[in-house]
Amino acid sequence: MKTSEVIENWVSSGSRILDLGCGDGSILEGLKLNKSVDGYGVEIDKNNIQACLEKGLEVIEQNIDEGLTNFQDKSFDTVLVSQTIQVLKNPKEALDEITRIGHQSIIVIPNFGHWKSRLTVFLGGKMPVTEALPEKWYETDNIHLCTVADFENLCSELNIVVEEKKILNAEGKVSSISSGWSNLLSSAVIYRLSR
Amino acid sequence: MNNKDSVGIVEPSSASFKDPLLLGCGKELKGFDLVYETYGKLNNENSNAVLICHALSGNHHAAGYHKDSEKRAGWWDALIGPNKAIDTNKYFVVSPNNLGGCHGTTGPKSINPDTNKVFGPNFPVLTVRDWTNSQAVLADHLNIKAWHAVIGGSLGGMQALDWSIAYPERIKKAGVIAAAPKLSAQNIAFNEVARQAITSDPDFQEGNYLLENTSPKSGLRLARMVGHITYLSDESMKSKFGRELKEEKLGFGFDAEFQVESYLRHQGDVFSNTFDANTYLLMTKVLDYFDPADEFNGDLMKAFEPILAQVLVLSFSSDWRFSPSRSKEITDALIGAKKKVSHIEIESSLGHDSFLFPEERYVKVLKAFLGSPS
Repeated sequence: MKTSEVIENWVSSGSRILDLGCGDGSILEGLKLNKSVDGYGVEIDKNNIQACLEKGLEVIEQNIDEGLTNFQDKSFDTVLVSQTIQVLKNPKEALDEITRIGHQSIIVIPNFGHWKSRLTVFLGGKMPVTEALPEKWYETDNIHLCTVADFENLCSELNIVVEEKKILNAEGKVSSISSGWSNLLSSAVIYRLSR
Repeated sequence: MNNKDSVGIVEPSSASFKDPLLLGCGKELKGFDLVYETYGKLNNENSNAVLICHALSGNHHAAGYHKDSEKRAGWWDALIGPNKAIDTNKYFVVSPNNLGGCHGTTGPKSINPDTNKVFGPNFPVLTVRDWTNSQAVLADHLNIKAWHAVIGGSLGGMQALDWSIAYPERIKKAGVIAAAPKLSAQNIAFNEVARQAITSDPDFQEGNYLLENTSPKSGLRLARMVGHITYLSDESMKSKFGRELKEEKLGFGFDAEFQVESYLRHQGDVFSNTFDANTYLLMTKVLDYFDPADEFNGDLMKAFEPILAQVLVLSFSSDWRFSPSRSKEITDALIGAKKKVSHIEIESSLGHDSFLFPEERYVKVLKAFLGSPS
C-alpha cells in the first residue's frame, strides 16, 4: 500500500479537504478523482501553484508560516499535511492550527529516528542523507526534523489524539512492522489525528 | 498598426435593445444600445465565450486596431489575442462598452427619448448590477447561454464577481483581477476629489455643457491626473521619472519642470479630449456604490452564497489602490462560503496598472485558469 492509498482510505467521499503544502496537487487531484472531494491546496512554490492551476485545482498562494487565521474552526473534514510540518518555522503552532481547522488531520512526516539516520549521526557524526531525507544539511528545507517519538510527545502535549498511524518503509510503502519498533524502523509515518 | 501577434483590424458592433431595463436606482431605461467588439470565433456549442469587463475609463476597444494607421492597440491587447493569456484561437471574446459610457453605448451623451435632448446630468446613476443585467441581455442576443469566463481588472474585476453572484448558472469561471469587495474611505476620497475637479470647472455648467456648447476639459484633466497617480506605484514613478527635469536647470517658476509633471499633464490632456465628464462622474459613483455585502449586513460570505463559478482572485504586490489585502478579503469570504477559489499574488512594481501588462507569471496563471478543467 502506498501513502496516497492510505490517505484515500482515511478520507470520506465528498468531504472537504484542505491540503497544506499541496505541492503539485497530485494527492488532491487523486482525492478529487477517486473520492469526489472538494477543497483547496495551499502552496508557496510558484511552479507547484502553476501545476495545480493546470490541473484545475483550487489553490491558495499563502505562506503557512504567516498563519492560517483565514480558515475557520472545524471548516474542513480533513486537513492534510504531507511532508510539510518539518519545513515550517513553528511546527507546534501549526499543529495547533491544523487541528483547529480540521475535524481530522492527516500528517505525513519523515522519521529522523530511522536507524540509518541514527547511524550516520552517531557513528559518522554527520547529518543523514537517506532515501527519505535526500538533501544535505545546508540545502534542505527540512528545518524541523523530529523522530516519531518527538512528534507523538508534541501531540500529547497539545491534547491531540493519534487515531491511527501507518508506517512507511524506505520505498514509501506501508510496512507491517509493529508500531513499537516504528521509531527505529520507519522512514516516514502517516498519522490520523483528532482533537 | 505595429503588432504582428494581435487580432488585427477590428470593427465595433452595436446592438439595440427595445425592452426597458429596470435599474438599481429604481428608474428604468426605455431601451438601450450596447457597443461591443468581438475577437475569435464562437464554437458550435456556444461554450467558448469570454466576457471582458472594462475598468473606470475603458471601453469596448480591448484588442486589435480600428484601422491600419491606429498607433495604439486596444487597452488589453497585451493579454487578448492569438496565443495570448486570453487566447483568441480558443475563445470567442466579447468586449462591450458599459452602460453610461461615452463611446457609443447609451449614456449621458445619448438622447433621452422623453425629452429628445441629451441626457447629460440627468442620466440615471448606475450600479454594477445594472451593467451585469445589460450584459446578460447582450449574451442572449449573441446566443450565449453561459460564459466560459467573465474577466476584468479593477472595476472590471468587481463586475466579474457580480456576474458570478447575479447569474450563477451563466458563468463557469470568474477572473477577478486587482479588485476589492468594496471601496475604502480612501478610495472614495480620491473619487470625490476627481468629481469636485469636474463639477467645479465653470465650463461644467452643472452637467449641461453639451447644450451650452462648453467643455469642462480642465476639470476632467485634473480628475484624470489625480486618478492616474493612484494607478501607478511610488516605485514605478521613481523608475519612470525619478526627479528628472525637462530642462537642465530649475526654472524657479510654476511651469511643468519635472518629467512627472509633464507626463501627468499629457495624460490629462489626452483624456480630457476623448472622455465625457458626466460619464466619468457616473463611473466613479458606480465604483463607490459597489458593495455586494451591503444587503447582507456586511456579510460577504452570505453575498457569495449563490456563486457556482470557479473564481480566480489575482492581485499585484505594488497595487495600493486595491492592495493585495483587499483581494484577500474576497478570497477569504469565498473560502468561508465554501466556493471554488484560487488566489494568486503577482510580483509587480507597476502598481494598480499592473493588470494591463503581460507579466510572465500573470499570463501563465490566467492562461492555465482559463484552459483548465472546471
